[in-house]
Amino acid sequence: MKLVIGIVRPEKANDVLEALYRAEVRGVSMSRVQGHGGELDRVETYRGTTVKMGLADKVRFEVAVSDEFVDATIEALCEGARTGEVGDGKIFVVPLERAVRIRTGETDKSAVTPVVK
Amino acid sequence: MDTLTPILAAAARVDTGDTAWMLTATALVLFMTIGLGLFYAGLVRSKNTLNTFMMCIGAMAVAGITWALVGYSLAFDGTGDLVGGLGYAFLKDVGFEPFGATTIPHLVFFAFQGTFCIITVALVSGAVVERMRFGPFLIFAALWSLLVYSVLAHWGFGGGWLIEGGTLDFAGGIAVEMASGFSALAAALVVGARKDYGRQALLPHNAVFVLLGAGILWFGWFGFNGGSGFGTGNAGVLAFTNTMLTPACTLATWFVLDLIRGRKVTAIGAATAIVVGCVGITPAGGFISPAWAMVLGVLVTFPCYAIIVWRPRTRVDETLDVLAAHGTAGLVGILFIGFFAQADWNGISDGLVYGNADQLLWQTLAAVATPAYAFVATFLLLKLMGLVVPLRATEREEAIGMDVTQHGEEAYASGEGAILVTTEAGLEGPRPVAQPGAA
Repeated sequence: MKLVIGIVRPEKANDVLEALYRAEVRGVSMSRVQGHGGELDRVETYRGTTVKMGLADKVRFEVAVSDEFVDATIEALCEGARTGEVGDGKIFVVPLERAVRIRTGETDKSAVTPVVK
Repeated sequence: MDTLTPILAAAARVDTGDTAWMLTATALVLFMTIGLGLFYAGLVRSKNTLNTFMMCIGAMAVAGITWALVGYSLAFDGTGDLVGGLGYAFLKDVGFEPFGATTIPHLVFFAFQGTFCIITVALVSGAVVERMRFGPFLIFAALWSLLVYSVLAHWGFGGGWLIEGGTLDFAGGIAVEMASGFSALAAALVVGARKDYGRQALLPHNAVFVLLGAGILWFGWFGFNGGSGFGTGNAGVLAFTNTMLTPACTLATWFVLDLIRGRKVTAIGAATAIVVGCVGITPAGGFISPAWAMVLGVLVTFPCYAIIVWRPRTRVDETLDVLAAHGTAGLVGILFIGFFAQADWNGISDGLVYGNADQLLWQTLAAVATPAYAFVATFLLLKLMGLVVPLRATEREEAIGMDVTQHGEEAYASGEGAILVTTEAGLEGPRPVAQPGAA
């Protein structure tokens, strides 16, 4: 089991979700975060105050998957989030020690495998 | 020179009561443009909030100036069939004397009409938000205010062929509502759909803004309609009261349609209904009885509701439905006069139901000619502008959002991670200063 973390542009979040669904990866969390990578700072002016916005808005996806879904998830994230410009984001894959589905008490692989109705 | 409605056949003397009301009404109508900005801003995505609002603010600057330079003169100087003269250009001869048969100073009349021009230009922006560049929009606003608004204001208010022929339009079914609605359709077609249109859900980001904006619009509309009698006489009083009644009926009807369609009454639907009702009564306000005004409120709901449900299923990204809310409701209001105008109430003319078929003929002419002129003129204007200057932001700018790319600001900036740049040091030599909330 792995936790795949993808940090992407907010305007690409919908494309990523689409790509994940197409790859049949279900069970996704997303949150709004701010971060700084390599992109150029943008300059904003509010009356007399000029500021460099060092942090850019990003969307962070967290996807817990069983091992055979790791590559599909990474591919979907890349496909959905890539524009080719600096600032497209990063993907981190970290090992996942345990997972529990609260409703049933299922653990590990069955907990991260989506329910099929 | 007296080309205004004969309701005003009074002594050419300034009346203090009338003037006091018209000064107030002028301020009320100007405030409507802010209400519209809030209404529109709530309907777009958060990354486009400021740009959307700024298009309305931009109209205040641009149309306010063009109106004073030549727009007012083109609309209200003389009885030329198609367009007025240049006698009032640069506010020449616009002073403290009453205008025409009104009992208010010419300057007040000019300012009151100017606020109409401003909000009409702002209305059109609803068709092109979230993608049109700000600079080209301002150029468009300036040209449109002269080529379309002033011409149609002349037809409907100022002494052009419609008003001279006998068309009744109390507060702008022609120049404001149909002009903006059908121009919006043309603008949406020329500028093209947003890149995500039809692919992603593009939802309103703040429904409370939408409701508050609609409320401000309704509030201001009492000046808009109530002021279009140019005093405190019967016509203005009738229009004022009808402005309360018609939207109430539209709201209730919209609730019912919402219930039938989705089993729930929606808030954004309600805000839309307020606008539709106010637009519907705009042309008819001083010409129909309160009872017919309530019927109008019910009737006007159906075509507008239908278009608002149908339009998003098409490829036409007329983003904020100016055609449905303004063009269609204005057209319904104009035609409604042809049937239900009542000389007992307005002292001028009956409609078909009261035995005067001619009235319906002239209302129908207005309902055909105005949309045609507004659509064609706007379409050509934007096509020609598009040859000279790109109208749209790039796809990348559209993705990032118009607030940052057009204005260098955000509506909801947190300041986290922002580094202060002093002007003296320039952008090259920033002096980092910790901001509250920065990590």
